[in-house]
Amino acid sequence: MKNNFLSFVKKESLHILRDVRTMMIVLLIPVVLMILFGFAISTEVNNLDVAVVAPNRTESVRQTVDRLSRNPYFTLIDYIDNNDIDKVLRSGKANVVVLFDEDYDKLLAQRSEGIDTKPAVQFIFDASNTNLAQTGAIYLQNAIATEHSQQEMLNMHLLYNPQMKSAYNFVPGIMGLIFILICAMMTSISIVREKEVGTMEVLLVSPVRPIKIILAKMIPYFVISCINLVTILLIARYLLYIPLDGVWGGVIVMSIVYLLLSLALGLFISTVSSSQVVALLVSAMVLLLPMMMLSGMLFPLENLPMILKPLPNIVPARWYIDAIRKLMIMGLPLSAVMKELIILVIMAFVLMGISLKNFKDKLE
Amino acid sequence: MSDVIISVKDLTKRFGDFTAVNRITFDVERGEIFGFLGANGAGKTTAMRMLCGLSYPTSGSGTVAGYDVMREGEMIKRHIGYMSQRFSLYNDLTVWENIRLFAGIYGLSKSETESRATELLRRLNFTSERDTLVGALPLGWKQKLSFAVATIHRPEVVFLDEPTGGVDPITRRQFWEMIYEAADSGTTIFVTTHYMDEAEYCTRVSIMVDGEVRALDTPARLKEQFVAESMDEVFRILARGAKRGE
Repeated sequence: MKNNFLSFVKKESLHILRDVRTMMIVLLIPVVLMILFGFAISTEVNNLDVAVVAPNRTESVRQTVDRLSRNPYFTLIDYIDNNDIDKVLRSGKANVVVLFDEDYDKLLAQRSEGIDTKPAVQFIFDASNTNLAQTGAIYLQNAIATEHSQQEMLNMHLLYNPQMKSAYNFVPGIMGLIFILICAMMTSISIVREKEVGTMEVLLVSPVRPIKIILAKMIPYFVISCINLVTILLIARYLLYIPLDGVWGGVIVMSIVYLLLSLALGLFISTVSSSQVVALLVSAMVLLLPMMMLSGMLFPLENLPMILKPLPNIVPARWYIDAIRKLMIMGLPLSAVMKELIILVIMAFVLMGISLKNFKDKLE
Repeated sequence: MSDVIISVKDLTKRFGDFTAVNRITFDVERGEIFGFLGANGAGKTTAMRMLCGLSYPTSGSGTVAGYDVMREGEMIKRHIGYMSQRFSLYNDLTVWENIRLFAGIYGLSKSETESRATELLRRLNFTSERDTLVGALPLGWKQKLSFAVATIHRPEVVFLDEPTGGVDPITRRQFWEMIYEAADSGTTIFVTTHYMDEAEYCTRVSIMVDGEVRALDTPARLKEQFVAESMDEVFRILARGAKRGE
């Protein structure tokens, strides 16, 4: 009876290999997502369209504008007239208008002598896109402020991600998303499919223990997820230049625990759904949505209203993403994420226990 | 010697207040083709699940192939074959892979698998389809293959749950020829069906109504007993009294 387990693993692998389209999707999703988030989609603001109003184009004004135009974050549209401010913003030609005061030079001079004056420069932003306006304002402020004060009042250090690359933020999120997607969704669907088609019945009448059927289903998806893990880490290291030296081990241990947890989740979903469609919906609604919303992948958890604050604690991805961020971006050792690791291990065991019991009960 | 392969006494299954199977008692002899009839909801499936070791009886006793249905469900599973009304092979695996899978499940060795599978394919004239995906085969072929796979481990009893549903009359005939062949070689066949002409092919037939076995005998004697022309009529006379609907 020993070789029946192997025949099962072989059979499950064949199912996956035969479905070439699905397999390609599963293997390519991580690559596509990594490249999308790494290069195309980013929360950085590039090419902010800037229009300038300058009644007196003095040497210093021109220098400042010149420097802005050379900055890759800004694109200089043109000098415009005071009356056209509304028009360029409305037509979308510019995202922001920078107004220099008539007495720009004089005001600057007074400032450097320590005299309080009215502001020398004003920004008028199109804030219909809040994200763009907020981030753009900070960039612009920084760019112009350095012109104004010789000695800086504030000294800011950005640790771990000095260039504020958004890819650094997204990679852990993508990892959290992909593994749930593949492990939980694919396993649950593949188990439910057998129930739906009727083959499960035949397997249950056979002498194979149900636990073996389930384990055999999980193994190939586990292997695929490991391949994905390697792909993601390689892209992170060699395309996005996230330094991974010395943290490989920690990331891999953490990811494997998370993979097992996702598999348990998949099994759980399969025990509560009667058809593939239901399994898919449950995966999407119960797993993916809260995961995106409550894991800190897209929105900072600090922004949640008070009553919702405890909610993310039950989302496994939240702990995983937190841990991966610490490991990958901050370069901390595995011992620094023990809390996350233990929470995930406990979650995995509890889920596995509940689902196996659920699965057995359903058979009766 | 009396060679009883399935023996059931007062077998009962309750789900809460509902008694799905109510004290059924019968014996099946080795090599018999035992027809297990009943309208939908009469309790056939529940009874069959208990005999296959899939669910435990609430009370009563029984043995299948010498093993106790109460305690030795796992042993029973090793000694029976099962084929359901729903097609039970994998469409995305080839004929050969399906055979190999089920041979593996029942613990056949590599050489046993090889020789039995080869023989099976020859017997079915399937040798050329060895590497065809099962999904590409016509339904009748699939059904035949399904039966052959269900008996690959040479079980003592084969349970067939409405094996010929949705199959054309010619294939149905061929299918019954396979059943006869298996019975001749000593395999006991326990079959449920909705087709009354198939009931005529059985050695003995039991008819379940409302969770109880109301009649059990050879088709000829049942017709005599109920003064009926055909099994169809016998069935209708009995089913008329049913209280449970569909």
